[in-house]
Amino acid sequence: MKTTEQLEAKLKRRSKAAKLEIWGRLVSLTALMLIVAVVVAIIGFVASKGIATFTSNHVSLWDFLSGKSWNPGVNGANGKPEVGALPMIVGSFLITILSAIVATPFAIGTAVFMNEISPNKGAKILQPVTELLVGIPSVVYGFIGLSVVVPTTRAIFGGSGFGILSGTCVLFVMILPTVTSMSADALRAVPRYYREASLALGATQWQTIYKVVLRAATPGLMTAVVFGMARAFGEALAVQMVIGNAALMPNSLVSPSSTLTSVLTTGIGNTVMGSLQNNALWSLALVLLFMSLVFNLIIRLIGRKGRLQ
Amino acid sequence: MSKKRWVQGLVLVVLVALGVYAYQTRQVSHAGESITAVGSTALQPLVEAAGEQYTGEHLGTFINVQGGGTGTGLSQIQEGAVQVGNSDLFAAEQKGIRSKELVDHRVAVVGITPIVNKKVGIKNLSTHQLIQVFTGQVTNWRQVGGANLPIVLINRAQGSGTRATFEQFGLEKHRSKTSQEQDSSGMVRSIVATTPGAISYVAFSYVDQTVQDLSLNHVAPTEDNVTTNRWKIWSYEHLYTKGQPTGLTKAFIAYVQSPAVQNTLVRQLGYLSPNQMMVERNATGQITQTEGN
Repeated sequence: MKTTEQLEAKLKRRSKAAKLEIWGRLVSLTALMLIVAVVVAIIGFVASKGIATFTSNHVSLWDFLSGKSWNPGVNGANGKPEVGALPMIVGSFLITILSAIVATPFAIGTAVFMNEISPNKGAKILQPVTELLVGIPSVVYGFIGLSVVVPTTRAIFGGSGFGILSGTCVLFVMILPTVTSMSADALRAVPRYYREASLALGATQWQTIYKVVLRAATPGLMTAVVFGMARAFGEALAVQMVIGNAALMPNSLVSPSSTLTSVLTTGIGNTVMGSLQNNALWSLALVLLFMSLVFNLIIRLIGRKGRLQ
Repeated sequence: MSKKRWVQGLVLVVLVALGVYAYQTRQVSHAGESITAVGSTALQPLVEAAGEQYTGEHLGTFINVQGGGTGTGLSQIQEGAVQVGNSDLFAAEQKGIRSKELVDHRVAVVGITPIVNKKVGIKNLSTHQLIQVFTGQVTNWRQVGGANLPIVLINRAQGSGTRATFEQFGLEKHRSKTSQEQDSSGMVRSIVATTPGAISYVAFSYVDQTVQDLSLNHVAPTEDNVTTNRWKIWSYEHLYTKGQPTGLTKAFIAYVQSPAVQNTLVRQLGYLSPNQMMVERNATGQITQTEGN
């Protein structure tokens, strides 16, 4: 009788494994909650500051998105502050798209070489080199851009050398490793039997790469490119050093222009918290945040589409 | 299990040690007094150097100096987050600042001069020509007597004290055309030095061999001309406090304004002392003659 009671009590008590289970869940849940709280707080803060331009300073959203003149401290011809963010938005998009266009062929080419053509050399040489590129801080890229890319652009195309072209050159090198390593992952995920089947049907290696491997890996490759674009869009320091920071609509690739991030970094120290100038900068930050959300959604969409096929 | 306990124990010990260390090294306001000065990067070297000297002479005091820009300095002092706000501008000139709450302490005068790339081949401009250059009415140096080079304008960032001073007194309140903007004087100088046809403006102390400074209406950018206001592009450097300063803040500001600092450090770092000035200027830009020294 007594032994059965003991046994029952022992069985009903939580085992050590069960305790560990609860403990583990608690720890990971706390970590998750903390991250979520931080993200929500950041979004909330940027949004509340960024919206103030429209609510408390009564700037119309359309003027903000379509105006071409950025001079928050001065009232324009219509008596309203000049907070047209279009030059920065256009600058950001141009530089992002151009650098992605330039970087993609190089990145995919490198990834193909690493995975398909010469996996041995790829693993030994290219992999460490791309990883090294990721580790270089952006200020170093900016400095090289300032002392090498800008004078070269000036010598070839004239003007001051500062502009979207120089920014594209710098960003191209900066996003290349990201796009390359993600493209390589995408190629690696293509099942081996696809290649074997193609080769067995008599296709050459290049035909296999071009018609089978790249096609099968397309969603992954697109994700890689969008990731690179997201990085280019958010890059501040290196771009700021070579783009010239003129809030003008870019009329050529070698005329000084600006991006959302470059205006933010140069302007934030010279404005007073709560003033229109400051709020306008927060609105730019809100646009940046919104765009990174869009990039994330695109990556999600591509991923989902890839799975259905 | 015992190994895990051991690891847990180690983590606990490290945490406790860190806590004790943080407690020991926390900012103590009673034992050693400490104040923080934040703001203008143009004034930062002076306040830093003066702060070092002061804390060297008065052991147990700490003066933290941070940059961030004039706007940051003024908004931080307005909120009372720091003890001293460094500014290139009169608080009344900065939007969003309730200047009546702040007390102005002028500690230095800084002269600003236009600089051009050496290939431009110009050493003098009239004020009218300078305005034409910066508002985009002339676009080639040939039109104002220089080499056949397109003009490349380089501005400081909007809201920068140097830019505000230059536009008010150099361009007679005309606004510069939108152009390249850089956020530091050192960067401006190196870009002007390397870009053919570039023009910008920096404080006197930043002028060196690599760039050409300009006379305006045949008045040279010299300290003597600043003291008499013949060279009009200059501004005060201000330390702002919220209300009248007390304690260490008061002592430190008095120290910066004392002859010991004004005659040595201020001059060495390329500023002028307000005591040298034979004129005085108020927040609206009006000039009054003073007796000087």
